[in-house]
Parts: sequence; C-alpha cells; structure tokens
Amino acid sequence: MIDWTHFTPWASLAGGVLIGMAAAMFLLLNGRVAGISGIVGGLLRPAAGDMAWRFAFVIGLLAAPAVYALAGRYPAPTIDAGYPLLLAAGFLVGIGTRYGSGCTSGHGVCGLSRLSPRSLVATLTFMAAGFATVFTVRHIIS
Amino acid sequence: MHSIGAFAAGLLFGIGLIVSGMTDPSKVVGFLDLAGNWDPSLAFVMVGAILVGIAGHVVARRRTASFLGGAIHLPTARQIDRRLVLGSLAFGVGWGLAGFCPGPALVSFGAGYDKAAVFTLAMLTGMALFEAFEASFGRAAGRPGRGR
Repeated sequence: MIDWTHFTPWASLAGGVLIGMAAAMFLLLNGRVAGISGIVGGLLRPAAGDMAWRFAFVIGLLAAPAVYALAGRYPAPTIDAGYPLLLAAGFLVGIGTRYGSGCTSGHGVCGLSRLSPRSLVATLTFMAAGFATVFTVRHIIS
Repeated sequence: MHSIGAFAAGLLFGIGLIVSGMTDPSKVVGFLDLAGNWDPSLAFVMVGAILVGIAGHVVARRRTASFLGGAIHLPTARQIDRRLVLGSLAFGVGWGLAGFCPGPALVSFGAGYDKAAVFTLAMLTGMALFEAFEASFGRAAGRPGRGR
C-alpha cells in the first residue's frame, strides 16, 4: 500500500536532480566521484595533498542547512531511533561503507550512473539488507 | 580552486538531499518498509540523480582532464567479492536501523540535531576502526585510496 500522505514525488525527483548535478559537477570540475563515505573515510587516512578537497566537500554538506534556511524553512527530521540504536547503526554504516567501498551516493548514485555492475551488486545488497532490517524491526519484533 | 569546486559540490549535494526529503530518516525508513505504508520517494530521488549522473559521465568519459585541471579519477575496481557484499550488508542493516546513510547524517549534523551528531560520531568511529584494521592486516595497505 502506498503512503500517499508522505509520498513526495516531485520534490524528491527535483532533489535527486540537484544531487545528480552535484555529482556531475564534482566529476567534471574536480575529477572526483561524489561518494560521501569515501570522501569522509579518506580524511581518516591522512595523505599529503589529498585532504583539502575532502574537507571542503564535507564543509559544503555541513553548511547546506544554513544556506537552505535562507530560502525556506529547514524540514525538521523525525528520528525514531534512540541513542543506543543510533550508536550501533552509525558504527555499522561506518564499517560497512568502508569495507564495501561505498554507500548510497558512491555506489547508488555515482556507480549506477556509470552502469557499474559492481555498484549494482552493492546497491541491491544494501537495499535488500535495509528492507530486511526494517521488516524485522517493524513487523517481527514490534 | 579545487577546494572551491569541492565546497560548491558538497553544498549542492546537501541542498539536494534536503529538497528530496532524504535528510528525514522517517522518510528513508518509510521507503525501506515495503510491508507497511510504503513511501516510494527515495526511488524518485535515485532516478533523478542517476539520469543527470549518466549525462555527467558521458561528458567525463570524453575528456582526458577535469575542468579545474588534473585527472578524472574513476573507480577502477571491477571485482564483485566478499568485501563488497559483506560491507554492503552491514551498511544496509545500519541504514535500516536508523534511516541515516553518510550524506544525510552529515547534513542533519550540520543542522544541529543531537541524534545526527551521535550517529555521525559512531560512523566516524567505525570508519576509523576500518582504517586501523586495514593498515594492520588489510590488502588495502598497498592500495591507493579511492574516493567513493
């Protein structure tokens, strides 16, 4: 059943186009793939000459809410997970994205844009794991 | 110049995430909840991003250097191995538990939400542990860092 009250097809499509533009721009201007986990992970493996652009990209991400707020009201998120769950989930996301060489942006957006079979396998795998996890939490445990 | 390009790309990426609704974990979990009230929004984000992304790659493939100068670094790994699948599985479980992936977590952290800060800190800890492990045992010790 489709959740029509929360479904935002046009805003999500438009936001997706902006994300695609950011990824294309980054590839063409900087020659880099806009994979967030790789960009952030690289900051934790310090290498000379490889840090400034990573920091700059992350600062851009962090500044996005402030810039967005100039034009409109920032949409308040609903974060259902409690602190212990957030700790566990963050840890899994950190280890998993680095071990699997990518996340929703690197494999999902950039990898699929390159029609990379490797990224397709990664995307199908983390989507399947996400579906199974939410099914377990929402429909089996509770 | 490279830092300005990176800042602009990060900013636009973050604004795209906000506009798309993906900085709200309840929307992400709403997409992952196939058996409940399903919110297909995330699929629309992916379609919009990938269509534009394909155009970007078509242009990038014809060029030998980026517009700001320097090589275009595209991932060279092709192998579908245990690391790729196990890593993606762990990521997917964490993603489903909290509804955050790295980009939206950083943007929400930037918006000042405590819960996003806790998630981000845990994520950085996981990434740092991975680096420490790789430096000691991993085959990536001799592999150049790849951006993803």
